[in-house]
Amino acid sequence: MALMSTTSLAAPAAPPPTQARRRRTSPPRLSFLRRWVSPIVIVAVWQVLSSTGLLTEDTIASPAQIATAAADLIAEGTLQSAILASLQRVGIGFLIGASIGLVVAVAAGLTRLGEDALDPPMQMLRTLPHFGLIPLFITWFGIGESPKLALIAMGVAFPLYLNTFGGIRNIDQKTTEAATAMGLTWSQRIRHVVIPGALPQTLIGLRQSLGIAWLSLIVAETISADSGLGYMINLAKEFQQTDVIVVGLAVYSLLGLATDSLVRFVERKALTWRA
Amino acid sequence: MARLKTQAGTADHAPSETSEQYAARVTGHSRSFGETHVLKSIDLEISPGEFVVMLGRSGCGKSTLLRSLARLDPSPAGEIQTSGRASVAFQEPRLLPWRRVRENVELALLNTSQRGSRRELAEQTLAEVGLTDKVDSWPRQLSGGQAQRVSLARALVSNPSLLLLDEPFSALDALTRIDMHQLVIQLWRHHSMAVLLVTHDVDEALALADRVVLMDQGRIMHTWPIDLPRTDRAPSRPEVAGARAEILQALGVQPLPRNPNRNPLGKQGAA
Repeated sequence: MALMSTTSLAAPAAPPPTQARRRRTSPPRLSFLRRWVSPIVIVAVWQVLSSTGLLTEDTIASPAQIATAAADLIAEGTLQSAILASLQRVGIGFLIGASIGLVVAVAAGLTRLGEDALDPPMQMLRTLPHFGLIPLFITWFGIGESPKLALIAMGVAFPLYLNTFGGIRNIDQKTTEAATAMGLTWSQRIRHVVIPGALPQTLIGLRQSLGIAWLSLIVAETISADSGLGYMINLAKEFQQTDVIVVGLAVYSLLGLATDSLVRFVERKALTWRA
Repeated sequence: MARLKTQAGTADHAPSETSEQYAARVTGHSRSFGETHVLKSIDLEISPGEFVVMLGRSGCGKSTLLRSLARLDPSPAGEIQTSGRASVAFQEPRLLPWRRVRENVELALLNTSQRGSRRELAEQTLAEVGLTDKVDSWPRQLSGGQAQRVSLARALVSNPSLLLLDEPFSALDALTRIDMHQLVIQLWRHHSMAVLLVTHDVDEALALADRVVLMDQGRIMHTWPIDLPRTDRAPSRPEVAGARAEILQALGVQPLPRNPNRNPLGKQGAA
């Protein structure tokens, strides 16, 4: 069209698309690998210290011994059932906490009434150190599964609430107004403005929540458990099996790392518009 | 009141004949925020296809009036009437950063009964503003001028009968602004919608308007019909210079006396 001629002044300011694409593909893959380098180095140093006798087995088993113990535990099926029990626990607790955090954040974020009613109690409750609530949870729920789930849910709900609420509230009012001026309905604004606008902050909240979920699981299982990784560790403590203890701890941290990597992957896929 | 009339036939745009008498009609519209009366019983009628530029100092109420016309502000029934669809482009492009350029334009079609696919219409309109190659870009990859073009395309794609422009070029550099003036005139001729452009730039008003309306303290104080063809509005032209001085005076600005020895070449070519 004839109008094209008028673009010439603005054109040089835009970055060439190839450059942007190159920037997007290679470094994230590298950084993903980079995240695994330091743990591997630490394990190598540790093996050297154990082999040279600087670290005795009573203090901590060598990585090789730990690997053998892990292989044995896997062969028996002990590790799998422990992981399954712990995953189930953390999964249920996380789902409960995340549901509460998200629902309350959406209600407080979308309506003034919701904010006035829900935000003050949430802000007060979040200052409670949630591990300090363990005695109260035990009093209320006994020592079965419920106090563990409650502890995990409590830890998950607040970071997700705070970040999602903040994410919704930080959406530029002008963007929302432009969507209104375009004639978008309430539900269309939720879909096209609120959800994508709040997503970056919500994903940050999700990562924090998952970290706390694992931490809460470990604390809960260490205090009392009849299944799961914590139970396996407690049992090994009775027999001074430092190798089994370390296997349990390593699995905890691997699972934590795995869920964190998963969210980072989702972030990269869902937030390409920010790059 | 100045009347810049050449001959009636030389006007470069004749409002299209439709059954509607107006594109927008404002009758006795007032608006106050607390004790501040921002708009005081405004009357304004915009004919179909008319290009009206509203001038005023900051805080005179011009943006408030535009928001009323865009239905972004509540107003009593009957005070604001628009025939057909009104759409807005703002000072900032206000694109959704998480939607690609094409999707940003497509969203303006969600609740319209446009024939044809939304995707095609969006691409057509983006071609009209000269952004065919940016259809799949993210908003952050655009320059300020390009983003403002997307914003224009988004306002135009639903084929409005009234286009409301709230200082849409004031954040752009001077050269891009001239480009955008030409683009807006081309789009206006092609779509033949009425335009209300709010600005504080007198030269912009003189370059674009069929009619300049001056607002001050919540009232419409003056109206200048500009009947010169747009190709013939060089600032050096006596009618244009005269209107400019008159408008500036009405705005309370005293223009500097001209240096008679200076060649005014540097001030030409904007229209």
